[in-house]
Amino acid sequence: MAFSNEQLERYSRHIILKEVGAKGQKKLLNSKVLIIGAGGLGAPAAMYLAAAGIGTIGIADADEVDLSNLQRQIIHATSDIGKAKVQSAKETMEAINPDVTVKTYRTFVDSENISELIANYDFIIDGTDNFPAKFLINDACVMAKKPFSHAGIIRFKGQLMTYVPGQGPCYRCVFKNPPPKDAVPTCKQAGVIGAMGGVIGSLQAMEAIKYILGTGDLLTGYLLTYDALKMEFRKVKLPEDTSKCAVCGENPTITELIDYEQAECDGKAL
Amino acid sequence: MTDINFQTDDTVDITDVVCPITFVKAKAALEELDEGQTLAIKMNDGEPVQNVPRSIKEEGHKILKLLDNGDSTYTLIVEKVGD
Repeated sequence: MAFSNEQLERYSRHIILKEVGAKGQKKLLNSKVLIIGAGGLGAPAAMYLAAAGIGTIGIADADEVDLSNLQRQIIHATSDIGKAKVQSAKETMEAINPDVTVKTYRTFVDSENISELIANYDFIIDGTDNFPAKFLINDACVMAKKPFSHAGIIRFKGQLMTYVPGQGPCYRCVFKNPPPKDAVPTCKQAGVIGAMGGVIGSLQAMEAIKYILGTGDLLTGYLLTYDALKMEFRKVKLPEDTSKCAVCGENPTITELIDYEQAECDGKAL
Repeated sequence: MTDINFQTDDTVDITDVVCPITFVKAKAALEELDEGQTLAIKMNDGEPVQNVPRSIKEEGHKILKLLDNGDSTYTLIVEKVGD
């Protein structure tokens, strides 16, 4: 596939980079990334991935755009209120870059649908806001040997880590099990500063892009935490031994996907 | 580019774009080649002929020849160095 002059111009700042070049840009255009959750994290991730020319972007979310989303979910506009989030997200991504094919999945992920959903994608972005979904995405990606970026945001804090099969711990290695229902507030209850989704979601997009390009060091084996009030980033090294993990260890006890119970007000993307 | 008096492995015309896409288009064409292969790059007089050869040299490729086509365009013959 040769680039059109328009594509050369659109991606010129990528192609000039020696780590990307025309070959790297072609890799991006031939890649497929699935974003689960079209919310605070998924919005900036989706927009940067679309702008970068990720050829196929899947986006999954069952919700509709709500007025209270707009403080952080920058892929949606005021005129999108009431519209399916995946549709609103698709329209924004296609407006940014017509090279991108957007596939929409108007559903919440569960143990029944997630395996089929992730099967056709090269990299998965967890942009969900609740522990049941995060453990489900982790377990499904481990079982299907898919790399993914985990992230979470609340108040003025955010965190992320990257899982690549065979290259370090999974989310469950670190966090074992979901906390008891209602033990941890959701961002709906606790609040979140809008730009936090921009910071962390953009980092997730960056990890996806680096993974596809095969360049640089990924956030595998580390958890990056960001405290905006203290203006501190910390890169915490995670234990290397994954052998005893219940899902990615040598003798996994979790061999089927689990639908954990969700807190009542949960279930919406950040 | 019939006025080139020796064979190159590929040719690219960058007279239809402006800086910095001139270099981007030449770079993209060079990436398609293997080490040691040659590319003929047709460019306009002025800014392209001043900047593109220098940028290509900075990327580590070998400039073999710059031919004046006599019609305000030039053809730069480059050998690809590295992968």
